[in-house]
Amino acid sequence: MSNIILDISKIDMQFPTPDGPFTALKDVSLKIEEGEFVSLIGHSGCGKSTVLNIVAGLYQATLGGVALEGKEVNEPGPERAVVFQNHSLLPWLTAYQNVELAVDQVFSHANGNYKSKEETKEWIEYNLKLVHMDHAMHKRPDEISGGMKQRVGIARALAMQPKVLLMDEPFGALDALTRAHMQDSLMEIQNELNNTVIMITHDVDEAVLLSDRIVMMTNGPAATIGEILDINLERPRERLALASDIEYNRLRSEVLRFLYEKQRKVDHITKEEKISTKTSASVDGKVENNEAA
Amino acid sequence: MSITASSSESTTITATMIKKIAKLFNSLSHQLLMPIVGILVFLIFWTATAQNIDTSLGKFPNPANVFQQFSSLYQEHVDERVKAEAFYERQEIRNSDRLAKDPNYPVKVRQYTGKETILDQIVTSLITVACGFITAAIIAIPLGIVLGLSKPINNALNPIIQIFKPVSPLAWLPLVTMVVSAVYVSPEPMIAKSFLNSMITVTLCCLWPMVINTSVGVVTMDQDLVNVSRVLRLPALKHVQKIVIPASIPMIFTGMRLSLGIAWMVLIAAEMLAQSPGLGKFVWDEFQNGSSESLSRIMAAVIIIGFIGFLLDRGMLQLQRFFSWDKSVILR
Repeated sequence: MSNIILDISKIDMQFPTPDGPFTALKDVSLKIEEGEFVSLIGHSGCGKSTVLNIVAGLYQATLGGVALEGKEVNEPGPERAVVFQNHSLLPWLTAYQNVELAVDQVFSHANGNYKSKEETKEWIEYNLKLVHMDHAMHKRPDEISGGMKQRVGIARALAMQPKVLLMDEPFGALDALTRAHMQDSLMEIQNELNNTVIMITHDVDEAVLLSDRIVMMTNGPAATIGEILDINLERPRERLALASDIEYNRLRSEVLRFLYEKQRKVDHITKEEKISTKTSASVDGKVENNEAA
Repeated sequence: MSITASSSESTTITATMIKKIAKLFNSLSHQLLMPIVGILVFLIFWTATAQNIDTSLGKFPNPANVFQQFSSLYQEHVDERVKAEAFYERQEIRNSDRLAKDPNYPVKVRQYTGKETILDQIVTSLITVACGFITAAIIAIPLGIVLGLSKPINNALNPIIQIFKPVSPLAWLPLVTMVVSAVYVSPEPMIAKSFLNSMITVTLCCLWPMVINTSVGVVTMDQDLVNVSRVLRLPALKHVQKIVIPASIPMIFTGMRLSLGIAWMVLIAAEMLAQSPGLGKFVWDEFQNGSSESLSRIMAAVIIIGFIGFLLDRGMLQLQRFFSWDKSVILR
């Protein structure tokens, strides 16, 4: 493989709990090429977000590490911009000002990429135009819809010119129609910018539609990468055309099979265990009650 | 055709006008009528009760007595101003006469030292409370931000804050008085000691709600916003300025409103005890005076104190409405 931009190597993540350390991730390794769109998919609580937060530098891995262009990552930074699930716009700033805060911080004399006032304004407007938010630039987050907020969140991240764009279930909180719009917008932006993206998702269709590779994670605790699926569908992709595409449907069922057959089994057993322990506990309780009676 | 159209238009216009008027009347009756009813019932209750309370200074004042006092208090103020003007006029004439007789006469201008009227006392009280409150805010808000940002510092200072918070101004006042007279020694004091005493007491009492609310505002800040700041690598000062302060503005204002209410209450007590000029002193002087009018004058002062407190609170609310981004919070 050529042009590896991000190297996640042998990550273990343990969280301290009162009952001792809890191992969330075990031996996660992944290499991502420049310009690649990678989706992380898995059941809730499997540690997808933890992986993303480690790459972002918001968490520190217990073992192993992440390297961006050969340099180790150990703190957050704008070259790994994050699109948060709940947009995380500053509610007291307009869409424009939210992007401006990021632009002012990233482009400066100190960073050697200073932009003049005029250039800054142009760059902010360019990014808001990319996400089709130029009509509502001067509105505050509480004046725009959830989808629009997320668009601004994406514009803010893009405006940082990140080397890797990290998206944490960016469309998870949106309704199905808005989500479809946002996916189309994202594909459009990808066509133009060809960013390196890691996206977390729950949505199988979204993963297949957008990604070059889908990384499927096993269930936690000690979650790790189960399978990796290459998506070699041609771009630009068209939602409607793909709906009847044989390859698309094969890939889709592949992911579904992983999530609901291979990984469900484990989930099923743990659930059954829980249920059985619960029932035994309740039986015990009844017995005790009977004794007391 | 055009005539019928316009006539039907005008009927719809009148219909909507009537509807609007009805709506306005409805809202007026809710917003005005009920408060008026409430006040009337209160006045009747007050009149009825006042008749049955006999004190050594006569019957407890009823609303009519108090209302009368408002006008006589105002009249006293006007009379006092006239006297003052007359004094300055006399002084000027005297001085110019002396200058005419003796050109080398050193002209002396003396201040009028008449009795302070209720309006003077109100102004003094407002200045004292403003100084005390602003001093407290300057200390409390930065301190609250530091406490909110740093858990160790919060753990260290929290017990002290919790213990000082419920202390009454009357407990502070003697200490403040002694410390001020020991520390603030100057032959010609710029600021009166009594003013400093009541101001510092106000500051001490309205520090705590602001400290606590500010720190809570900072602590309960959305973690996502902190993460945004981390991803942007905002320097500490910019993080505070761009993220922390705006995020906690609603809570800071809540604290400021609470504090201003406390400040006003504390001030009256402090002025009474410290004998520093202001509404509290007015109340105390009237009490000591013990004339047949004293009680109604005090009652008038009570109403003035309440009304000013209300205006201060509303003013703070308007400030909050203006500055706070979080318009979803119901402000009442």
